[in-house]
Amino acid sequence: MDLTTVTGYRRPTSRDELVLAPGERFLAGGTWLFSEPNRDITGLVDLQAMGWPRLEVSRDGLTIGATCTIADLLALPPHVGWAAQPLFAEAANALLASFKIWNEATVVGNICRGFSAAAMLAACVTLDADAVVWTAGGEERIVPVAGLPTGNGTTTLAHGDLVREVRIGADALHARTALRKIALAELGRSGAVVTGRAHADGRTVIVVTAATLTPTVLRYAAPPPPAVARDDARAAAGFYTDALGAADWRRHVAGVLAAEVAEELA
Amino acid sequence: MRLDVDGAPVEGDPAPGQSLRTYLRGQGRFEVKKGCDAGDCGACTVLVDGAPVHSCLYPAVRAEGRAVTTAGGLAPGDEPHPVQDSFARHFAFQCGFCTPGMTVTASTLAEEDLPDLDRRLKGNLCRCTGYRPIREAVEHAVRGCGGGCLGCPSGQGDAPGDDAPVSARADVRPPAADRVVQGREPYTFDVDVPGLTHLKVLASPHAHARIVAIDASAALAMPGVHAVLTHEDAPVTRYSTARHANRLDDPRDTRILDSVVRFRGQRVAAVVADTPALAEAACAVIDVIYEVLPAVLDPEEARSPGAPLVHPALTPEDGVAEASRNVVASWRGGYGNVGRGLARATAVATGTWSNARVSHAQLETHGSIGWIDADGRLTLRTSTQVPFLTRDELALVLDLDPSTVRVFAARVGGGFGGKQEIFTEDIVALAVLRTGRPVAYEMTREEEFVRTATRHPFRVTATLGADSDGRLTAMDIEVLSNTGAYGNHAIGVMFHGCAESLEAYRSPAKRLHAEVVYTNTTPAGAFRGYGLGQVIFAVESALDDLALRLGIDPFELRRRNAVRDGDKLGVTERRHHEDLIFGSYGLDQCLDLAEAALRRGNGVEAPPGWAVGEGMALSMIATIPPRGHPATAAVTAFPDGTVEVAAGTVEFGNGTHTVLTQIAAEALGVAPGAVRLRTSDTDATSHDTGAWGSTGITVAGKAVHAAAVALRSLLDGGAPVPSEGLTAHGETDGKVRSLAFNVHAARVAVDVETGRVRILQSIQAADAGVVLNPAQCRGQIEGGVAQGIGSALYEEVLMGDHGSPTNPAFRVYRVPQMADVPETEVYFAQTSDSLGPLGAKSMSESPYNPVAPALANAIRRAIGARPMELPMTRDRVWRLAASVAPTPVRDAQPSDLR
Repeated sequence: MDLTTVTGYRRPTSRDELVLAPGERFLAGGTWLFSEPNRDITGLVDLQAMGWPRLEVSRDGLTIGATCTIADLLALPPHVGWAAQPLFAEAANALLASFKIWNEATVVGNICRGFSAAAMLAACVTLDADAVVWTAGGEERIVPVAGLPTGNGTTTLAHGDLVREVRIGADALHARTALRKIALAELGRSGAVVTGRAHADGRTVIVVTAATLTPTVLRYAAPPPPAVARDDARAAAGFYTDALGAADWRRHVAGVLAAEVAEELA
Repeated sequence: MRLDVDGAPVEGDPAPGQSLRTYLRGQGRFEVKKGCDAGDCGACTVLVDGAPVHSCLYPAVRAEGRAVTTAGGLAPGDEPHPVQDSFARHFAFQCGFCTPGMTVTASTLAEEDLPDLDRRLKGNLCRCTGYRPIREAVEHAVRGCGGGCLGCPSGQGDAPGDDAPVSARADVRPPAADRVVQGREPYTFDVDVPGLTHLKVLASPHAHARIVAIDASAALAMPGVHAVLTHEDAPVTRYSTARHANRLDDPRDTRILDSVVRFRGQRVAAVVADTPALAEAACAVIDVIYEVLPAVLDPEEARSPGAPLVHPALTPEDGVAEASRNVVASWRGGYGNVGRGLARATAVATGTWSNARVSHAQLETHGSIGWIDADGRLTLRTSTQVPFLTRDELALVLDLDPSTVRVFAARVGGGFGGKQEIFTEDIVALAVLRTGRPVAYEMTREEEFVRTATRHPFRVTATLGADSDGRLTAMDIEVLSNTGAYGNHAIGVMFHGCAESLEAYRSPAKRLHAEVVYTNTTPAGAFRGYGLGQVIFAVESALDDLALRLGIDPFELRRRNAVRDGDKLGVTERRHHEDLIFGSYGLDQCLDLAEAALRRGNGVEAPPGWAVGEGMALSMIATIPPRGHPATAAVTAFPDGTVEVAAGTVEFGNGTHTVLTQIAAEALGVAPGAVRLRTSDTDATSHDTGAWGSTGITVAGKAVHAAAVALRSLLDGGAPVPSEGLTAHGETDGKVRSLAFNVHAARVAVDVETGRVRILQSIQAADAGVVLNPAQCRGQIEGGVAQGIGSALYEEVLMGDHGSPTNPAFRVYRVPQMADVPETEVYFAQTSDSLGPLGAKSMSESPYNPVAPALANAIRRAIGARPMELPMTRDRVWRLAASVAPTPVRDAQPSDLR
């Protein structure tokens, strides 16, 4: 929809132009910004002209730039040895957003918006991704993606902070992964998503999103029996009730899905 | 900024925050529709450099230098794209508002997408069809069969150009099909009006408050703001937003703008300005001082002593029975001895069933454009089901002569009862009269939830007794309906809801106590089924409990108790009604057809470990709303062999235009292509009560039929056809009504661990009399079933602490997607109605009514616990299953039904 309070549109080409004035917001894909009236926004700062690489593949892993769309990520050719790569497509499918939205929506935007049901966040947290944050004050800090969300739609990012890129290490990308999702409708906005990754040496990570306000990360040195994963998932904090499901149901199905993920990864 | 749209260069700078959708529409590219404006529905889909995007989410600024393709430009020239041709051929639209975006999306799909079609099309919502024909249209187009394969519809109706005479019973394509699929059929806002100004509404933040003062000076000082309207500008005449043939059917409790607001979101003021953005900005600076009043949100509390009163000053003269208890109307009575009937029953089933508020979710939001025409008439182009009734009421409220008001509708993008109301026309009319300028008010999707109406939430306590043979001994029904802050349709929905639902069963004793109450919540209004579905959910659930307790097959239980041809009918008294007749009776056939289909099965298996159950329910409906539904029509023959049909009724996906064309064509022995329609305009004919209560065929069709038959006899008698045409008129008062029937049956699988419900088989049998245009009638049934599935399993307008919706967007209000709607087997009873035109009966509202109880009964038989609340969402079903048994019933088989 039209953002009727917006009066300015900037297209920076250098970092020093990325300083936000009050009321300005970064525009990456725009698919969330333009989906609500957002009447507190007076200016858009379009990141596209920065010319950042969308995806960078190296021996160290994968770097996802701030303007990389979900479609870009899914179009990345399969990389030898990266068993985790299909997780991105599964996560994209867990979004309510259709493939048409993927053409514009960015991976980093999904993370920065910080909704509990953000499936790109789920995938990146599952792969222990780090976020490179360009702070409003001109600093750079690197923080785990899992540490960004503070609630359903809130994050540690301050006004003017920018997630420049997300880095996923090769070690995580070599792990096998699994994803289970449930919503109140078959392809609806998620009520619970459980993702997992398992390494050849047995290290296993299971992550609950959508059901808990912030990602719940469970780590195991050896593959957990499904019943353990189930109980650990249900013991998490932050199950909540909203239009997408009741807290008691979310807790229960998070356990069901966690057991399925553990079983698939075992 | 320069870009290319459908192959032509376009120039013009967008506003910094503008979306591509409004930019394109501002360039006159009306193929790009607005359904949700939030990226959820897909109606605005376009291609940008070949990639499909939701243009409402696409920053217009970014379109610079790009090539944009709309539904109008998918194929060169005026030709439809193959996928569009396939949509037209497969009847893959009803209102057609979602169709341009749907076809743009589908045009990007390839053969490898077909197995995953549910997912590929999840970003496109269709509220009308139930998706089956869309799926078929896409599959056939992508496979490139060119319409010639065995699975494609064929026959007379399929002939492009409709150049041969055909029967009204043939599958003739809708006259607008080719324009609709390309986005070229204009809807309400698909028009360029010079000098158009825009209206936005300031909403009440309170559930109940008195407006002490409004200071609009800051708004009025803004350049480009033309007027701020408040209650001081509004006529004192009260009316109802609901429209019926008789304006006294609804309480006169509403002012265009009131000095007291009774629900959160109610209009407080309206701004008219040069742009929507400016009007919105002006609303934000209007200063209002409220005296907050106590509010009541719960309907039981509302009728309890001491409750805050919503309309304390209204009286029975205003159409409100007991304003002192917030009771708009009540219906109390009965016949026979219910106490004795229950005492002698072998089995008694009882419970209290409730349903959620549901949004119509028609993809075209409400809206009107008004202006003063060259003759000085107040003219409204509006998205309405009731142009004539709207004109009459506006004239009354604004103290105008009806002849100085014209109301008309272009093609309407879905209604489902939601447009049998005046939700925008009143304020636009006031604004036009005040400013003298053309004024548009197009609601946002959020406004649809907050400021129109929902389905009425009912609480129904049903207590049914039956003897050991399963014959009913008594029916005791209590109904409490919550109409919200205004009584639009409150009375009609309560009476209708309790009528055919209880009349459908023979019982020696019945008792009814029904009330509908005001609360300080979003108003409820007319919604497909008009109250019947709410009561039927309770009655059919209780009947299923009786069947279980008595060990009687549920189809058999219905056979033993349902009304039969010629029965006396009644809720509070049993008698023959002069105005309600069995014009034909096909309920017996419907029961047989549905049962046979369920027995036959469809080979779809449940996932391993899921519980399986079968359920069924029936419904009956009068083919016309009660107490008259007058309509007139004129049919004119011209010397060139063409025919013009002038009728009042509106096309909003009901298929009426097609059938009116066919009725006239058959009566006159001409090809449908020779028939032109002039409809949905107060200038088209003298009166039409409107397109509601499924009257498109039974009333408007009957008037057209009468006119066409009269014209035929003039022509057969040798009457000359002058150059201005030879006209005959037809009319009907719609006073006598027949009865139509539906039986729904389903086999479902339930995952008791998560509450997921999968419909394995979906069956509906319908008695529509003689079926006119079977492809369209099937579409009405499939669409009704899909909407029924939505209400049964998914949809709920959640009400917050202030009595207003907390999920006013499709991402959180779950309109069924393609993945949620299984294919429904549709069967027709073979009957011919003595009343309806060509033997036809109504079949638009009614398919919706038995769906929720059939699914509830199936779920009950799968998990062993009875759903009492709609929707049966996954969290509720999980909780319900967990409440009964540690080891769920996993092996219920068809034999369990007996």
